[in-house]
Formats: sequence, structure tokens, C-alpha cells
Amino acid sequence: MDFSLDDDHLALRDAVRRFCAAEFPAHERGNAETPELEAQRHAACAELGLLGLPFDTEFGGSGQGPVEAMLVATELGRALAGIGWLANAVLAGPLLAEAGTPAQCSRWLPALARGERRLAFACHEPEARYTLTDVQTRARRDGDGWILDGRKSLVLGGDSADALVVVARTAGERRERDGLTLFLVDADAPGLGRQPFGLLDGRRAAHLGLAGVRVAADALVGTPGAALPFVEAAVDRAEAALCAEAAGALDALLALTLEHLRTRRQFGAPLARFQVLQHRVADIAIALEQVRSMACAAALALQSDVPAERQRLVSAAKALVARLGRECGLVAIQLHGAMGVTDECRAGHYAKRLIAIGQLFGDAAFHLARFDREAVAA
Amino acid sequence: MKLAFSPADEAFRQEVRAFVRERLPADIKRKVELGLRLEHADYVTWFRILESRGWLTPGWPVEHGGPGWSHLQRYIFDEETLLGGAPRIIASGIQMLGPVLIAFGTPEQKATYLPDIRASRTWWAQGFSEPGAGSDLASLRTSAVLEPDGRHFVVNGHKVWTSYAQWCSMMFALVRTDPNAAKPQEGISFLLIDMHSPGLTLRPIRMLEGGADLNEVFLDNVRVPVENLVGELNKGWSYGKYLLGHERTGIAGIGSCKQQLARARALAAQQGLADDPLLRARFAQFEVELMALEFTALRLLSAGQRSAVPQVEASMLKVRGTELRQAIYASLLEIAGPQALPFSAEAQFLETEDLPAPRELGTLAANCLDACKLSIYGGSNEVQRNLIAQAVLAA
Repeated sequence: MDFSLDDDHLALRDAVRRFCAAEFPAHERGNAETPELEAQRHAACAELGLLGLPFDTEFGGSGQGPVEAMLVATELGRALAGIGWLANAVLAGPLLAEAGTPAQCSRWLPALARGERRLAFACHEPEARYTLTDVQTRARRDGDGWILDGRKSLVLGGDSADALVVVARTAGERRERDGLTLFLVDADAPGLGRQPFGLLDGRRAAHLGLAGVRVAADALVGTPGAALPFVEAAVDRAEAALCAEAAGALDALLALTLEHLRTRRQFGAPLARFQVLQHRVADIAIALEQVRSMACAAALALQSDVPAERQRLVSAAKALVARLGRECGLVAIQLHGAMGVTDECRAGHYAKRLIAIGQLFGDAAFHLARFDREAVAA
Repeated sequence: MKLAFSPADEAFRQEVRAFVRERLPADIKRKVELGLRLEHADYVTWFRILESRGWLTPGWPVEHGGPGWSHLQRYIFDEETLLGGAPRIIASGIQMLGPVLIAFGTPEQKATYLPDIRASRTWWAQGFSEPGAGSDLASLRTSAVLEPDGRHFVVNGHKVWTSYAQWCSMMFALVRTDPNAAKPQEGISFLLIDMHSPGLTLRPIRMLEGGADLNEVFLDNVRVPVENLVGELNKGWSYGKYLLGHERTGIAGIGSCKQQLARARALAAQQGLADDPLLRARFAQFEVELMALEFTALRLLSAGQRSAVPQVEASMLKVRGTELRQAIYASLLEIAGPQALPFSAEAQFLETEDLPAPRELGTLAANCLDACKLSIYGGSNEVQRNLIAQAVLAA
């Protein structure tokens, strides 16, 4: 067992923390970003090297692993930042690096690392809830290319992506593990419709409608019918990053709450003097340590060669983070009193991020069930 | 002892149910059931329908237009109207000021204000909380100084968390009239203030879920006629406490709990989770908690006290009722899963089309966040527990 950070880790963490302090003023965190501001921040992320973090150096990256991603995610979560980072540098980029051809990697990864182009990963469907095998979108051969029909939902960063990595079924029925295939679909492909919207925590996303979208042979990513292991690994990377984001967000929320208790006075004393409030922040402090520990566990699990072991730990982490994140977020609002339910107070913005994290990709119930399956099987 | 309602009470329940079914406009009902935003006109429409039947002011004595119901009938009325999808009677003129004026107002004040409240012509704002006086309301600092000729007070200060002030033409406020009183609760008076007075300005407060129905009210040398003092000078605290007692009685929100639980069950079925064993166990737990809350409320109401429910028991109902409702909202959010995440202010309006989430799911996150205020307003749940603890420890 070793949870220590080396000097390079600390340098990375501090660099991202400084970046966030400069780019994301504390009193604006969680506010909706204009497209211009978002683009400026995305470019700054690229400048710092965050967008190429996981890619090999030949693709303009620095070849960093899950622990480094965890450190970055924690700092971004602390600042309620990192909207484009998750979609590109955690979800779609590493997926393409793992499953794509050398030509696809050369074409996309350096541009992603420089922040010049963007990808988004379309793995969910409107009727599938969180089940990754529940894919009704179909792809059929058409000459040497393919034609895609179906709907994808809640595509993070799907509103601004230049192309989408779409999971479609080339064989089998709904919920079958085999028969899933990945395709790169240009955002301006005829027949592709995008419905952009904002999420509870200010992230941007889109629903996609694919009506007879034709893609060429070189849009195929990986082997037809064999995408599921890559899809599951990509989503687990996102879940681990979200757990780390939650650790950063919860840390910042605890600090805000403590500051409020120290400065707000009622009944002739700072709120911090009231034992009932002390105990509630104590519970948040305990939760924070648990969330930090499980974020580490999830990050380290990504290094496992055994998918079931990875899934077991990621599910344990997310099940805990989803529950504690929401509970602590709502308690922090309560501790801020009426101020806590205003848009001006940052506590609620952190609560929104923690609630959204808990319900993205898989909620507590979904992960408890997956944990149970893997733990029993192990 | 018996658990069933009497035949007369059951008949009354059926009467209220039929009335709501026949008279509640369909668009208002739909907004309530979907957790959408209600406009001022929606409330006024429904309140006037209730008033046409003499049901708008159940808490007022018969001689002032109340229906003369027992506490149990009022309870049944609250539950049936909420379950039927009717808006809550949120007007603080009806719920709060009316009973205070009836008990402590002058004949002129009653004649001037009560008819307009019943006709929904005047909406009243509540000017109690201040930036430095929330749970600790007695520390309020807004001052009212009598002019030398004794005809006007001059009011200066800053009120906050004033619900629906944008719809109100009048405000009842607690103000400090004796800064040298021995205790903070002394030296406070209860004033009626015209919201259109020179020197009075509003600032809406944008809320976390996107609404802006709470406001700040700034009072800068606002002149208030001395006739607008309610009761005696420097005795306002006791009138405020009387009023908050009326606020507390309905605060358990049992009808709302039932309504949201029904909503949760319907959504669970729609999401294919009707047979999920964990969810079923949680629903059963909610039902049991709700039953315990309801029987407690009914037991207290039937005990025959003159005041609706004594302070400590009202605090108990508030704590359990609000926390149960929040737990149900959190479950609603979980049931919606990823569909709870798309979030837009436009989802609050019935007219919006092409929403990114199904209509019945798109407001859940906003509703859940809005429910945070339940355990903060009307005396935070921490303050309620302090009151309960003091009472049981003193016994």
C-alpha cells in the first residue's frame, strides 16, 4: 500500500491549482460560461498540457496515467472547472488512443491536445438509463462504408464537438454484449441532428439524432462487434475522474462552509460555536476523507489488467461518492441557511456539481448492483 | 379510540374532493403536478374560486368569513386540495396577517384590510427577516421612529427573504421602535407598510433553482401613518409569535408528502423501476413514516386544544414533515437518473416545447433544490430542535 505523491505529482497538482485560481475566480465558480469564455479556458487548459495528458508523446501528449488524471480532476473539481477536459482528455481521447487506428490517432489526438479540435463520446441512449449494452442505434454496411440510424442521449461536450465517437450496434439485440461497434461521425454529417442543452451543474451536452448518417470505411474505430470492453473502460475512466472531481469539490465546499460558520453570527455568537452545526461539518469532513480514499482506489483500479477487478473498485467508489456527495451538498446548503439557496452563494453550485456527478454515467443504485455482481463473482 | 374518520368527516372529504375535481382549472392542476412555476394570476384564479365557496380563509373566525371548520376539517381540506393538484394557499395575508389583525387590529384596520385579502385584491409581503436576523429574528434592526407630531413613523432598514414581494402592494413588518429596551424581544412593533411608499425599493434574489420569488426590501426614510401600527407600541414580538404559530400548523405538509410520493411511484413505474426491490422497500418506508406523521398530527388535532397545535408539537411536525419531503424529493431525483440532469429555466413553463428531458422529469432537480428551503424557513430545523429540546429537558 502506498498513497504517497512524488515530486512530479505535487508539481502537477500545484500547477493545476494555480491555473484554476487564475482562470476561475472563486466568486464566479459554477456560473454558466459564455462560449467565448469556455473557448478561452479550453485553450488555456491545452496550453498547460492538460488536454494531452494521457496521450503518448508522439501524439503531442505527456503519457501520464490515472494518478495524474486524478490529481488534475481533483483540482478542476475544486474550481468547478474542467468541462471540456473530461469530454476530450478522459472520455473520447483515450478511447480513440486505445481503440483507433494509427491514422485516426494521428489525425485527432494532436489536435485534441492542442485544444484545436474536440471530440465527444456518445455511449448513452434515451431508454437505456445507465446500461451500456442497451444500444438500439444501428449501423449497417453500405458499400465500403456504413449507415447509422438511432438516437444517443446526454453526450457530454456533444454540443461543441467537431466529431462524435458513436456506439452503434452492427449485430445482436438490445443488451447483448457482442455486436457493438464504434464510429467516428463528423458533427456536420448529413442526417446528424444535435439538440444542445446545459446540465444541472453547468456542463454542456447534446442529444443526437442519427437518420441515415453515412460514414466512410475509415470512420470505423476498432473491430466491428467488439467495442464493449473499450466502451466500459472509457466510462470507468470517466467515473474515476468524476470521483476525483467530487473530492476536490467537496474539499472546497467544506472550506466555504467552515468560513460561513466562523463569520456568520446569530444569537450573539458565531455559528461555529453551536455544537449541532459542528457535528454536521464533522460529518462532511469524514465524508471528504472517504471520498478522497475511494477516488484513489478508483484511479489505481484503472491500472488493473482485470476488467472485473477494475469495475468492482470503480463501482465501489462511485456508489459511495454519489451518495455522500449529494448528502454533503445538501447539508452544506442547510448550514448556509437562506443564503445557501441563492444563486449568489457558491455552496449551491458545489451541491449541484456533486448531485450531477452522482447521476452521470451511473448512480449509486447502478454501481451498487454492479459491485454486488463483481464482488460475488470474485 | 378508533383510527377511522367519522362519517361526517368522510362526507366532508368527499365534498372537498369533488369541488377540487370540478372547479380547479386543468392548466393550474397540470402545473402543480409537474412542479412548474405558478404565476400570480394562477393563484388569484384559484383563490377566487375558493372564496366563492367561502373556503379561502379556513383559519379565520366565522364572523370574519371563515367556514367554521374543526381542526380536523381544516386538515382534511389541506390534504384534499393538495392531493387534488391545487396550489397551496401561499398568500401571507390569508395565512398570517389575517389572524393577527382579527386578534389585535383596530376595527378600522379590520374593515380596511380584511375584505381585500379575502377578495385577493391585496397581496401582503412579510417583512420579518433581515440580513443579520434570520433564525435569531429578535436581533432585527430596521428602525421606526415616531415623528415629533406623532402622526408618522419613519422607517429605515433592510428586510430580506420576502416571498412574492413583486406581487404585493402591502407589507407587514416587525420594526424596532425602542432601541434601549432591556431585551431584544422588547421594543419591537408591528407595522403595516404600503409597498408603493417613497423610499421603499425591491431587489429580487435569484435562487439556486432559477426562480426569483424571494426579495430584498430596502426602506429608506419610509413614512408610515401611525394608524398602521397594529396593537400596542413595542409589543410587536408577541404578535409576530402569534403569527408564526399560524405559519407552523400547516408546515408539516402531509398533503405535499402524499402528492410527491404518488409522483415518485408513477415515475418509478414509467422508468421501469416498479419492481426494483430496493426502491419498493424505500417507498414502503416512506409510507410508514408518512403514516406516523399523519397519525401524530391527527392525534394532536383531536386532543381538543384551543390553539391548533401547541408550539413544541408543531415544531415536531415541521421537522419530520420537511425532512420526509426532502427525502422523497431526493428519491425522485434518483428515479429520474440521467434524465434529471438536463437543466433549464425554460423547463419551468408549460408552454416550452422540445425540452431536453421529458416534461415530467425536467423540473425534478429544480424541485429538489427548491425543497432545501423547507428546513430553513419558518424557523430552521435546528431552531425547532432547540425548542423541542428545551421543552423536554425542562419538563
